[in-house]
Amino acid sequence: MAKIPISFKVNGEQQEMLVEPDWTLLETLRDRMRLTGTKEGCSNGNCGACTVMIDGRTACSCLVLAGEADGREVITVEGLADHGHLTALQDAFIKEGGLQCGFCTPGFLISATALLKRNPDPSEQEIRLNVAGNLCRCTGYDKIVRSIQDAAQKMGTRAAN
Amino acid sequence: MPAFEFAAPGTLQEALKHFAGQGTVRALAGGTDVIDQLKTARRKADLVVDVKRIPELQRLEMTADGLHIGAARCCTDVHHNPTVRRYFAALAESAGLVGSVQIQNRAAVGGNVCNAAPSADTTPALLIHDARAVVVSQRGRREIPLTDFFSGPGQTVLQKGEILQELILPVPPANSASAYLRFIPRNEMDIAVAGVGSYLEIDPGTNYVRRARIALASVAPTPVRARAAEQVLEGRPLTEDQVTMAAEAAAQAASPITDVRGSAEYRKELVKVLTRRTLAICQERIAGVHRKGPGH
Ligand SMILES: Cc1cc2nc3c(=O)[nH]c(=O)nc-3n(C[C@H](O)[C@H](O)[C@H](O)COP(=O)(O)OP(=O)(O)OC[C@H]3O[C@@H](n4cnc5c(N)ncnc54)[C@H](O)[C@@H]3O)c2cc1C
Ligand code: FES
Ligand code: FES
Repeated sequence: MAKIPISFKVNGEQQEMLVEPDWTLLETLRDRMRLTGTKEGCSNGNCGACTVMIDGRTACSCLVLAGEADGREVITVEGLADHGHLTALQDAFIKEGGLQCGFCTPGFLISATALLKRNPDPSEQEIRLNVAGNLCRCTGYDKIVRSIQDAAQKMGTRAAN
Repeated sequence: MPAFEFAAPGTLQEALKHFAGQGTVRALAGGTDVIDQLKTARRKADLVVDVKRIPELQRLEMTADGLHIGAARCCTDVHHNPTVRRYFAALAESAGLVGSVQIQNRAAVGGNVCNAAPSADTTPALLIHDARAVVVSQRGRREIPLTDFFSGPGQTVLQKGEILQELILPVPPANSASAYLRFIPRNEMDIAVAGVGSYLEIDPGTNYVRRARIALASVAPTPVRARAAEQVLEGRPLTEDQVTMAAEAAAQAASPITDVRGSAEYRKELVKVLTRRTLAICQERIAGVHRKGPGH
């Protein structure tokens, strides 16, 4: 079967390409576009390492076919920083030590970015619920939650000033 | 060689032409079940048809004949919809339990139904709200009560060429309420060991139960209604004793298996407890106690 054409935006840039009909968005991003920040863990929706934003909503890119992304706008971890300037959330992960091996971090950053956009002042419980689809084998989660709280606080202060 | 071809039609007409075509044609709504099933060869397809771009399948609105939920509408939208939260609390609750945020953003309520897992969380809520499945093909349209939709684990009565277009839930009368609870060993991201949805309609003057509907997940080959339990409640006042008897009857309606998640006996006990609790929540909701409204 012939490849199918897709046209979609990735991190703000329009992309046109031919993809295999059975390729996932994750394969397309990593193997085709070399955007390897998005990780592959379980390949079945359980670990969240492959989390990206599609039209502003988080999704496991291992459970999305490339063809589904046609006409959509995808944001990966590479698209969070603004011209090399890390976001408050990324800074908070560094400062609070919200990562060890780092494999889960891109997924957590995407999930937390989407959360803070929807709810700039989440409770600890809301944070934990919203990152429940992201697994971390290293940190025990406390430092990740603290990083997100720290970012929310900084962003709140900035908005108030 | 790719495993399958892919199409993403923008109209129902075009989609139905695909489904009428040769070979195994499989719908993809959110893809949260089917993509992994295809990758691990548990389901086969020659052609995968993304149904998310079909406007009829994205419908979510209340009209005079009830709530219409397009088969591709995702759990996040259903969970947050104010009309669903107000009139169909069990459905709002169950849609908010399916996997994680990432999963709910893609997973459709219709996909949950068509996948036909015994553990499907939104199905008991749909059953107690008397949902009808609107099924379409090039041959026409038919409506099936959701109670008749499942034919076995992972099996539905859909024929070749047919897809689910939408679910219709009648507008519930005043003095009614619903609730869904499941038991999982973790706080989130797990498959129900048992799940119970309850719907109650009460005569406010007499406290008599006008209508009761109870449905169970994960305790039979398909999601099931516990009709004997409903009959215990209907036409009588809603007392502690009645609730206890209904919970016993609901446990009898369960025919669970023993697996890693729990023994058959344990599951029956869970059905008892969850039936009592969901009935209590319905009672509170009817009385206007909003303490236990569907969470965020
Ligand atoms: C990590 C994870 C956690 C999960 N947790 C839960 C949970 O807690 N509770 C739960 O119930 N489920 C859970 N699931 C399962 C799954 O997310 C749900 O069943 C979901 O609702 C499926 O919807 P979908 O739109 O993704 O279906 P899809 O995968 O798109 O489709 C499922 C099946 O239905 C068929 N289909 C879809 N739409 C139609 C249509 N319109 N007409 C005919 N056939 C159709 C498909 O061909 C396929 O066979 C989980 C899945 C994952 C990966
Ligand atoms: S790789 Fe997608 S959820 Fe684990
Ligand atoms: S930092 Fe290693 S998995 Fe999270």
